Amino acid sequence: MTQLDTQDPILAEITGPTPGQMLRKRVFGHQGLMIGLVVLVILTLVAIFAPLLAPHDPYAQSLMTRMEPPVFLGGDWEHPLGTDHLGRDYLSRLIYGARVSLMIGVIAALISGVIGTAMGVAAGYFGGRVDMVVTFLINVRLAMPVVLVALAVVAILGGSLQVVIVVLGLLLWDRFAVVMRASTLQVRGREYVAAARAIGASTPRVILSEIMPNIANNLIVVVTLEMAHAILLEAALSFLGLGVQPPTPSWGLMVSEGKNMMLFEPWMVLIPGAVLFVLVLAINLMGDGLRDVTAPENRS
Amino acid sequence: MSNASASAVLELRGVTKTYHVKQGLFGTARPLTAVNDVSLSLPRGEVLGLVGESGCGKSTLAKILLGLEAPTAGQVLVDGEEIGAQDRMTLARRIQPIFQDPYSSLNPRKSIFDIVSLPLRVHGIGDRAHWEKEVRSILDIVGLPARVMNTFPSQMSGGQRQRVAIARALIMKPEIVICDEPTSALDVSVQSQILNLLGDLRSEFGLTYLFISHDLAVVEHLATRVAVMYLGRIVEEAGVAGLFDEAAHPYTQALLKSVLTPEPGLGVPDTQLGMAYPNPIDPPSGCHFHPRCPMATELCKTTAPRPVETPGGRVECHLHDPQSPMHNPKAA
Amino acid sequence: MENPLLSVRNLTLDIPVGGGTLHAVRGIDFDLMRGETLCIVGESGSGKSLTSLALMGLLGKTIRRSADRMDFDGTDILTAKPRAMRALRGDRMAMIFQEPMTSLNPAYTIGDQLTEALLLHKSVGREAARERAIELLEKVGITAARSRLGQYPHQLSGGLRQRVMIAMALMCEPELIIADEPTTALDVTIQAQILRLLYDLGREMNMAMILITHDLGVVARVADKVAVMYAGELVETGPATDVFNTPSHPYTRGLLRCIPQPGKTERGSTLGTIPGIVPSLIGDVQGCAFRTRCPFAQAECKADIPRREEGTHMFRCIHPDGKRHAEEEVTA
Repeated sequence: MTQLDTQDPILAEITGPTPGQMLRKRVFGHQGLMIGLVVLVILTLVAIFAPLLAPHDPYAQSLMTRMEPPVFLGGDWEHPLGTDHLGRDYLSRLIYGARVSLMIGVIAALISGVIGTAMGVAAGYFGGRVDMVVTFLINVRLAMPVVLVALAVVAILGGSLQVVIVVLGLLLWDRFAVVMRASTLQVRGREYVAAARAIGASTPRVILSEIMPNIANNLIVVVTLEMAHAILLEAALSFLGLGVQPPTPSWGLMVSEGKNMMLFEPWMVLIPGAVLFVLVLAINLMGDGLRDVTAPENRS
Repeated sequence: MSNASASAVLELRGVTKTYHVKQGLFGTARPLTAVNDVSLSLPRGEVLGLVGESGCGKSTLAKILLGLEAPTAGQVLVDGEEIGAQDRMTLARRIQPIFQDPYSSLNPRKSIFDIVSLPLRVHGIGDRAHWEKEVRSILDIVGLPARVMNTFPSQMSGGQRQRVAIARALIMKPEIVICDEPTSALDVSVQSQILNLLGDLRSEFGLTYLFISHDLAVVEHLATRVAVMYLGRIVEEAGVAGLFDEAAHPYTQALLKSVLTPEPGLGVPDTQLGMAYPNPIDPPSGCHFHPRCPMATELCKTTAPRPVETPGGRVECHLHDPQSPMHNPKAA
Repeated sequence: MENPLLSVRNLTLDIPVGGGTLHAVRGIDFDLMRGETLCIVGESGSGKSLTSLALMGLLGKTIRRSADRMDFDGTDILTAKPRAMRALRGDRMAMIFQEPMTSLNPAYTIGDQLTEALLLHKSVGREAARERAIELLEKVGITAARSRLGQYPHQLSGGLRQRVMIAMALMCEPELIIADEPTTALDVTIQAQILRLLYDLGREMNMAMILITHDLGVVARVADKVAVMYAGELVETGPATDVFNTPSHPYTRGLLRCIPQPGKTERGSTLGTIPGIVPSLIGDVQGCAFRTRCPFAQAECKADIPRREEGTHMFRCIHPDGKRHAEEEVTA
């Protein structure tokens, strides 16, 4: 017989999975999300444990062993991915470069996330004048070309890891503001928000405990997108020589340094280019996946 | 009159709410009077049914009573005290809402315990052990087992969610509950359970309800008094028996006519209302109801009727005004 | 004996889901004559809306449809090619949906949408189609019909939109109209007007109509035949007068006791309830699906349930004296 014979109707009614269980099931059932997550976790571990994993000092130059090819192009295992034009171990520089890329991605997304979310939620919740001001700021920001502004600022202040992070953090909040404003507008009209206000809950409480949990899924998706965005921008700035300065190992810088040799030693460009590609792809896969797995709850 | 207001737990005096609506990007803002000079008095323990078509202002009135909107003019008194003078926390202990859609009135990210205990936490009453005890007892009162505390709204049916919403509204033992279409999103068999529950809770806790609904059969069943709203004004107010048995206002009569009782063979009634509910930005002159009224005369087009006391309540219609040349209560 | 316009035997809809198969509709039978109105009444999840989509051939791809017979005036809907179904839809059978807001395309004018089906199915000129559209808009009670043709859906009120939907369904003079909760989103006064309109037009044009609703009042007033649906099955079918005067299935009787009936139910009394919820229809469903909520359930209810017929009044219950129960309850 089937579930028709359950004796206690109320017990029978509440047997579905909790939202958390459902989310877990969807997360682990989503291939793209899992692939992105695994790659990102591996790269993060590599970045954290760089001193243990790197076979050589990434800064140690050796003029005797310059431009040695990687193993698969006939090199030896002393330098598995070869050496650069100053004889520095390519693998070690790649491993330390992961630190730079991830640090920039995470911190820049964090800074812009805080700015953009605060502006977007305030605009969506309060409406009226606040909304007008925020919308104006978003439009101003959208009218500025990110790369040019970043180039100008870095050119004035001088390129360094800190400057690049802060500049990107202060420039990439627009998407956060736009998405958070729209999500807040949507959630603000729900009756549970009215119920919380009728209970006497203060405005910060309503925003933090009624609105934020219901827009967090959209926030996470934007975080991933902006992380990838920041990592690519850093690479571009470094490639143009206005980002992270040598000898700091950065993937963008490595591509830049390799470009002179590109016709003779294409691997010098291809290897850092490939890891950059893999990192950004992994983050985007994760973002897409997160959007997929959190969407059904929004619909119900 | 002073006697009546003394025993009234909720009293509205000339409450008006005007919005300024901008039409188009560069249009000038025009006033929209959603609630127009509403005076009501609700004695303790009564159920006031508020009926009217969508757009008549009943939801705006509910928001004003909950302190979510401020009236443009007029006063709302709870126990004789004006609510503008009370802070939201005090008001929240006295008036609580139950909303229409149990799918949108519960935060999907919170457990049932979090949702029901929120009022206690916001008001800083007791500690966690106290909250649990209170939540357990209120869940039992609304007919839910204590084990639902750790579940989430998505795991519950519509009727159960509405019980949770009722539990949240009642945990602070308010005096007045504003029920805004509390059963219209529910299935027939669930609706009757919730109506019975609301009826039981009222007698058990001595609650006073403002019951907003478009379902007149439900209002007739639950309410003790009924107010009929049209374009922001209360056009008729009376005891439930008086209103349903001898409706005075032509609009009330049309509403009653449109109720479809489950009696086969009667066909669909002709309400004789004509079509359109007027646009509240452009309310008709004189009596707002005159374009749809089968009894309307020239007088109705030019002069708004004044409220007239009737044996059971109050009505705004020239036919019932002894000083009006149209006076003819039998015609209506 | 006239042949039925629509004849359905053993219509079954299965939906593959994660944990097996959801038996959403489980073998329903009915016949519909020309000019007749059949009301399918049931609560959410009973399968009534899926049934209407199955008749129109508008089911999602994942839903498996099977039947012994689905005959529309000689055309076998089951085996009809998509092209043949497209020729039927909008021409000889039309559908009216619940939400006029979303069923009209906001990007096209009322006139474009009204004439589309006619231009598609009939060889008429654009001018003739517009004339027909104006004629129908006037018929459904829309004033200034000619100027409405150039308007967009958002410029109309909900009641007007639903009227446009009805006019649209009538453009090709269909022989069958399927209306899924056509008045649920509307105010009571507008509901009465729309139902009256549908009813009168049905008579005038000799259209058959299937009206899907949860509102027993609507059913009683417009139906010739009633089919009560529960958990994917028609538990009781028959002429409206029989079903309402001698409701024989315990579910039908339960539903009727759940709603307050003005004039019959004592004001403020406790309404009848149907405890429990609709069972899950995933996996094998044996016996009577209502037994978990039925006050008369006994062990035999797990076995096959006989059909009990008296003329055209049919119900499925192991109790042969459903009628007697009904009378007892009415007199009690």
